[in-house]
Amino acid sequence: MSYFSDIYKGIKTLFQGMGVTGKYFFHARKEIITQQYPDNKDTLKMFDRFRGEVVMPHDENNEHRCTGCQSCELACPNGSIEIIWDRQVDPETGKKKKMIDKHIYHLSMCTMCGLCIEACPTNAIVWSQEFKHATFNRSELTKILNKPGSKVKKGIED
Amino acid sequence: MITTKIEDRFKTEEYFINMGPQHPATHGVLRLILTIDGEIIKNVEPDLGYIHRSIEKMCERDSYQQIVHLTDRMDYLSAHINNEAVCLVVENALELEVPERVKVIRTILAELTRISSHALWWGVMGMDVGALTTFMYAFRDRELINDIFEETCGARLTMNYNIPGGLMFDIHPNFVKRVKDFIAEFKTKLPEYDTLLTNNVIFQKRTKGVGFLSREDAISFGTSGPVARGSGYSCDVRKHHPYSAYTKMDFKEVLRTAGDTLARYEVRIQEMWESVAMIESLIDNIPEGDYKVATKAVIKLPKGEFYQKVETARGELGVFVISKGDKSPYRLKFRSPGFSNLSALNKMIVGGKIGDLVAVSSTLDLVVPDIDR
Amino acid sequence: MTDLFTTYTGNILQMLLIALGYLTFFAVAGLLLVWLERRIAAFFQLRLGPNRVGPFGLMQTIADALKLVSKELTGTERADKFLYNLAPYFVIITALLALAVLPFSGQIQAFDINIGLFFLTAVSSVGVIGILLGGWSSNNKYALIGAMRSGVQTVSYELSVGLSLLTMVLLTGSLQLSQIIEVQKDGWLIVQGHIPAIIAFMIFMIAGTAETNRAPFDLVEAESELGAGFHTEYSGMKFAYFFLAEFINMFIISAIAVVVFFGGWLSPFGITDSIPWLGVFWFLGKTFLVIFLMMWFRWTFPRLRVDQLLTLEWKYLLPINLFNIVLMAVIIWLNLEIKF
Repeated sequence: MSYFSDIYKGIKTLFQGMGVTGKYFFHARKEIITQQYPDNKDTLKMFDRFRGEVVMPHDENNEHRCTGCQSCELACPNGSIEIIWDRQVDPETGKKKKMIDKHIYHLSMCTMCGLCIEACPTNAIVWSQEFKHATFNRSELTKILNKPGSKVKKGIED
Repeated sequence: MITTKIEDRFKTEEYFINMGPQHPATHGVLRLILTIDGEIIKNVEPDLGYIHRSIEKMCERDSYQQIVHLTDRMDYLSAHINNEAVCLVVENALELEVPERVKVIRTILAELTRISSHALWWGVMGMDVGALTTFMYAFRDRELINDIFEETCGARLTMNYNIPGGLMFDIHPNFVKRVKDFIAEFKTKLPEYDTLLTNNVIFQKRTKGVGFLSREDAISFGTSGPVARGSGYSCDVRKHHPYSAYTKMDFKEVLRTAGDTLARYEVRIQEMWESVAMIESLIDNIPEGDYKVATKAVIKLPKGEFYQKVETARGELGVFVISKGDKSPYRLKFRSPGFSNLSALNKMIVGGKIGDLVAVSSTLDLVVPDIDR
Repeated sequence: MTDLFTTYTGNILQMLLIALGYLTFFAVAGLLLVWLERRIAAFFQLRLGPNRVGPFGLMQTIADALKLVSKELTGTERADKFLYNLAPYFVIITALLALAVLPFSGQIQAFDINIGLFFLTAVSSVGVIGILLGGWSSNNKYALIGAMRSGVQTVSYELSVGLSLLTMVLLTGSLQLSQIIEVQKDGWLIVQGHIPAIIAFMIFMIAGTAETNRAPFDLVEAESELGAGFHTEYSGMKFAYFFLAEFINMFIISAIAVVVFFGGWLSPFGITDSIPWLGVFWFLGKTFLVIFLMMWFRWTFPRLRVDQLLTLEWKYLLPINLFNIVLMAVIIWLNLEIKF
C-alpha cells in the first residue's frame, strides 16, 4: 500500500514545486530582479559609503588637505599608495616644511580595505563611488591623486 | 592471449577521472581524483593547492589591522565572521573591553553573513542536484543582505568592517530599517525553499541516506559546523565557547542525528531560521555607545600565544597567534573549517555514485580559498 | 502542373521541394525553440533572458548559430575520427525523419504511412546511436559515461513510450496518424479514454522527457556531474547539431502527445472546422503548450540519479503501464468511452 501512497505523495510534491516556479513565471514582469546595466547607467546610484576608489578632494582654490604624513602609505597592506614628498621652504613662514610632490595611487593593487582612509589624520583622502574602473591600458590604473599645481590648504598641519 | 575463464574475459577495470580543477560542481579550483568502477566511486582523493596564496605567511609581514582584511579573502562567504575572529584574538591579547554596542552590531552582521552564506549554499545545492532555478531565488534573497552590507560597510563581499577595538565606522542610519525589512521579506521566502526543493520527492531520494557520516567519524575527522551537527555532534562554538553578544543570548543549537546529506541540508535550513530569530531579538536592542575603543596606531601584542575560535557559516574557524611582542605576529595559523570537512569526503562517498558525490560535496559547502588559504 | 508532377522528374522535384520546406521548418523551429527555452527559463528565474538582439531578442539564436558556424571544429587527438564526425548526423537526421510523418493539418502531411505511430517511435530511438557513437568515439571519459547513461536510459524508457502509446492505439484501432486524428472528431482521446488515458498521458510525458534527455532526466549531459556529457568534445557546428536535435526531439515528442491525446490539428469543439488550414495553428499551439510543460519540468525539478532513473522505469512506470493497458481494454470492452 505504501507503494501507491509513495506515488501519490511524490506527484503531489512535484506539483507543489511546479506551483512555486509557476507563480513566479506568471508574475515574471513584476518580479524581475536583474538590472539592465548599461541602460540604467544614469539612474544607477551607489550607496554613499560604497568603496569605489580613493580620491583626494580639492577645493576651488586647487588646494587639498594632504600634508604628506604618509600614514596612508604605512597603513596600506598592499603598497598601493606611494607618496613622493620633499622638504621645501614655505615662502610665507620661511621654514622648511614637508610637502607632497605626488600622491600615487595604484588602483590595480588596491583591495578596497579602507585602512588608508581610516588612518588619514586630516581627511585628505576619501572614497568615491565610481565603479567603472575598466580601462584598455593598465597604466591608466595608476593615478596621481593630487592635481597638478595644487598645494596644501593652510592650517591643516597644525 | 585469450583466456578462457569467463571472469577474466569480462573483467572490469577501475579507472581514474579528474573532477576539476575546472569543473562545474567543485565551485572553484578543487581537484578531486576519483577512482571509479562504472558509476561507483571507489576512492576520492582531493588535490589542493590551486589557489594557495600563502595568507598565513603574509600575516607575518602585516600589522594586526592589515591582517583583518586578508581574512576576507579566505572564506569569502563569511568574510565578516573571519574578520571578527582576528579582531577578537587581538582584543583578548590586549585585554581590551569593547563596548556592548560593538558586540551587538558584530553579532547581527555575523548572523546576516550566515544567512547569506547559507542562502547561497542552498541555491548552489539545488543547482548541483539539477534544479537550476533555486540559484536565482537564493540570489534574490542574498541581494538584500548584500545591499545592507554595502550601505553600512561600503562593500558587498569583502567588507573589512571590523577592526581591532571595534568597528571601522558606525552603522548607517538606515541599517535597522533595512534589516527589519529583510527579515520580514525573508520569512515569507524561506518556506518557499522547502516547497521548491526540500519536499521534492526527487531531492529527497537524492539525499536521504546518501553520504553517511557517523558521529564518531565526524569527531575523528575534526569536522565542525553543519557537517558535524548533521551527524549529531554538538559543536557550535557560539554555544560552547560564546563570544561577542552570544554570551547573553538564548538560541537553539540545530542538531540532526541522521548523519546523511539530508540531515546536513536540514541543519543549514534550520540555522537560517535560528539566525532570523537571533537578528529579530537583537535588532531592536542595539545599545547606545561608542562604536570603537581607541587603540594605538601601531598595535603590538604582548609576548605569548593566543587562540580564538568563532563559528563561521561553515564551522569552526580558529586563529592561533604566536607573538614575540612585535607589530606583526611571529606565526599565525588559521584552523579553517573547510579543510577538515573536506577530509571526511572520502569516508562519506566511497560506494556511492557520481551523482552522489556532487550532492555530498555540495552539503560540505566547500569554499576552496578557505581550504587552501 | 499535374502533368509535371506525374512524371518521374516531377516526382523528384516535388520531393525536393517538400524536403526543402521541411529543412527550413526544422531550422526555424529549432532556433525559435532555443530562444523560447531561454526566454521561458529566464521568466521562471526572475530574469529577462536574451532581449538585446532583435525584437524581444528573437535574433539571439541566429547570432549564436553564426558564432558556432565560425568556430573551429576541435576534437581529441586520439578520437575515432570517422565515428566522431558521423555521430552528429545520426542524431540530426533521425530527428528530421520523424518530422516527415507529423500531420500539421488535414492537408499538410508529407508522408502518411499506415504505421505512422510505429515509425515515429522507431525513428526517434535511433538517435541514441548517434549519442553512443559520439560519446564513445570522442575518447573522453566524461563523454563515455554520458553516452553509456544515455544507452541505458533510452532502452528503458522506450518501453514506456511504446506502451503508453499502445494504450491509446487500443482506442483508435489504427496506427496511421490521420486515422488517429479522424477518430478524435468525437472528442479528444484524453477525454474519450478518461482515467487510463490520463495515466497514459502522464507516463508518456515522463518517458518522453526521458527520451529527449531533458531535465529531470538529463543524466546524459548532467552539467554538474559530467561537465557536458556526451558532447564534451564537440565544438562549433557539430555541437550545434546535437543542440538543435535535442530541441527538435522535444518538438516531436510534444507533437506525438498532441496527435495522440489532444486531437492533433482538430480545434476544440470544432469551432474552426470550416477553415481547414487553421489546423496548422491549432496543431502548433497545442504543441507549444506541451513544450511549455516540458520546460516547466526542466526548470523546476532536480535531476535523478542513474539508479533511481531505472527504478522509476522498471518498478513504477512499467507495471503501471501494463495495468493501464488492461484497464483500457476493459473500458473499451464495456463501452465506457466518453464520446460526444
